[in-house]
Amino acid sequence: MKQLTPAGRARYFRRQLIDRLMGGLCVLAAGIGLVLLALILWMLFSKGMGGLSLDVFTKTMSQPGSGGGLANAIIGSLLQVGIGAMLGAPIGMMVGVYLSEVGKESRFAQVVRFVNDILLSAPSVLIGMFVYQIAVLPFGGFSGFAGSIALAIIAMPIVARTTEDILRLVPQAYRDGAVALGSRENEVVRKVVLPAAFGGILTGILLAVARIAGETAPLLFTSLGSDTMSLDMTQPMASIPMAIVRYSNTNYADWIALAWTGAMLITVGVLVLNILSRLSFAAVSKQGG
Amino acid sequence: MSSAMNTATPAAKHTAIGARKLHPADTAFRLSLLSAGAIVVIVLLSILTIMFIGGKLAFDTFGLGFIWGTEWNPVTKIYGALPAITGTLITAALALLIAWPIGFGIAFFLTEICPVRLRTPLGVAIELLAAVPSIVYGMWGFFVLAPFMSEYVQPWLTATFIWIPPIGDSFFWFTAPPIGVGLLTASLILAIMILPFIAATTRDVLQQTPQLLKDGAYAMGATRWEALTGAVIPSVRGSLFGAVFLGLGRALGETMAVVFVIGNAIRMPDSIMAPSATIASVVANNFPEAEPGTLDLAVLLALGFLLFVVSFGVLAVARLLLRQERMS
Repeated sequence: MKQLTPAGRARYFRRQLIDRLMGGLCVLAAGIGLVLLALILWMLFSKGMGGLSLDVFTKTMSQPGSGGGLANAIIGSLLQVGIGAMLGAPIGMMVGVYLSEVGKESRFAQVVRFVNDILLSAPSVLIGMFVYQIAVLPFGGFSGFAGSIALAIIAMPIVARTTEDILRLVPQAYRDGAVALGSRENEVVRKVVLPAAFGGILTGILLAVARIAGETAPLLFTSLGSDTMSLDMTQPMASIPMAIVRYSNTNYADWIALAWTGAMLITVGVLVLNILSRLSFAAVSKQGG
Repeated sequence: MSSAMNTATPAAKHTAIGARKLHPADTAFRLSLLSAGAIVVIVLLSILTIMFIGGKLAFDTFGLGFIWGTEWNPVTKIYGALPAITGTLITAALALLIAWPIGFGIAFFLTEICPVRLRTPLGVAIELLAAVPSIVYGMWGFFVLAPFMSEYVQPWLTATFIWIPPIGDSFFWFTAPPIGVGLLTASLILAIMILPFIAATTRDVLQQTPQLLKDGAYAMGATRWEALTGAVIPSVRGSLFGAVFLGLGRALGETMAVVFVIGNAIRMPDSIMAPSATIASVVANNFPEAEPGTLDLAVLLALGFLLFVVSFGVLAVARLLLRQERMS
C-alpha cells in the first residue's frame, strides 16, 4: 500500500468501491428476493391455517356458507397424480435408460435428448390443449383419465432427464464388470446399473410427482373439476388446483378461506415431496461415494 | 444436476457389448428403449400438428392477418391475435427485466459472498421456492399484491411519471385508472415467480466455473467483482443467457399466475398498467365457453399453436446455449 502512487491509490480505492458497491447490491438483491418469497409463504400459511379444519378432509365442496370441504378435490388430485405418474414415470425411465445406456451420442439420441429438454419446459397449458384434442373431444367429454394423461406427459420428460443424469453417475466399471462376467446388455442394465441408481431414479420420480401435483392449467382442459365426490376416471374429476381456481373467483369469505387452505395443502405437499427427494438423493450419494 | 453431464463416460465404445452379436433378448430390450425414445419425439410432433390442425379454421378464416389483427370481437366473430401477443411479450419482457438482475444478484451472493455455512440452506430454500405451484403466486397476486398496487403503487406512479409524453394518442405509459390488476401487476407476479428459478439456474452456471479460473483472477489482484466480470462471466456467457432464456420460456407460457392478475381485457394496452391479456390467459379464460367445432375454439387453438412455436424457439435457443458450455 505504501508504495502506491497517488493515482494508483485512487484507482485502488475506486476498484474497492465498485466491488463493495456491487457486492452490496447483490446482498440487497438476495435480501429482496428472500423477503418477498418469505412474505408469500407467510401469507399463504397464515391465511391457509385459518380455514384448516377436519371438515376440509371429510366434506366435499358445497354451497357457500354451509361449511364445505376439499375431500373430493384431495381424492381427485391423488388419483389423477397417481395414475399420471404411473403412466409417465415408466416411459420416462425407459427414455433415460435409452439415452444413457444405448443411444448415448448417436444422432437419434441427441434428437431425443433435445426434444425431451424442450418438453421439460414447454408451457403446461399447451399440453392441456393437446390432450383436450386427443383424449377429451374424441371420447365425448372431460374425464379424470384425460387429466392423468396430461399430467403423465408433463412427468415423463422430468423422469427421463433425472434418470439419464443419474445413470451417467454409475461408474463405467460396474458395467464392464458385469459384461466381463458374461452378462447380456439387458442384464447389465436391469441387474447392475438400475439397482445402483435406484435411489436417484426415485428422486426423479418424486420431483415429477411434486411438479404435476401443483399443475393447474392442464387440468382446466382435461378433467375440468367437479363438486361431488367421484372415483370414476371417465367422468370430470375434482382436483385441489381446480378447486382453488373455483373457490378464489368468488365473493364468499368461506370459499376464499377454503381456497387458501387448498393452496397451503398443495404447497406443503409439493415442498415435502421435494425435501423427501433431496433426502433420498443425499442417502444414495453417501452410499455410492 | 447439470454437473452430472460432465461425467459422461468418455469412450463408452470400448465395452464389448457393441461388438458382440446381439442376443434376441438384447434386441428386444433395445427396441423397447428405442420406442420409448421415439415416444418423446412423437409427443412433441403431435402437439405441433394437432394444435395446428385444431387452429386451422382460424388461419383459414383470417389468414396470416390473424397474427397482427388488433380486433377481438366474439360477437362479430372477428379475432386478431395481436393484443394477446402484445400482452404476452410485454409481461414476459418486463418480468425478465425485473427478475434477472435480482436473480443474478442472488446467484452471485450465493456463490461468492454468502458465508459458506449458509450457502447450502439458502440455496436449497431458493430451489424449494422454485417448486411452489404457480397458482399460489396467482392467488397471492390477486388477494395481496393487486390491492396494494391499486392503493399505493399505481397512484404514485401516475403522479410521478405524468410528464412522460404519450406515444401518439394510444399509449400513455403510467397514466391509467388504478384498478390493481393489469400488465404491471402481472409482470411483477411473473417476476417473483421466475426469480427463484433464474437464481437457481444462474447459481448452477456460476458454480460450474472452475475454481482455478477464479483463483487465477484473484492471484492477479482482482476484486471479487472483477473476478466475476473478467474471468467467470466470459467463460460461461452462453450458459448465463441460456438460464435467462429458460426463464423467458417460463414467463411466456405461464398461465395460472397471470390469469388472476392481468385483468383479462383483450385489447391493445393503452398503458403499462392497463388490464390486458396474454395468449395463455386468453386461452384459459375463454376455453370454457368455446364449443367444439366452432371458430371460437379454433381461434384459441391457433393461439396455442403460436405460443408453442414461440416457446419452442426460445427453449431451443436456451438449450443450445446451455449445451455449448456443457460440451466444453
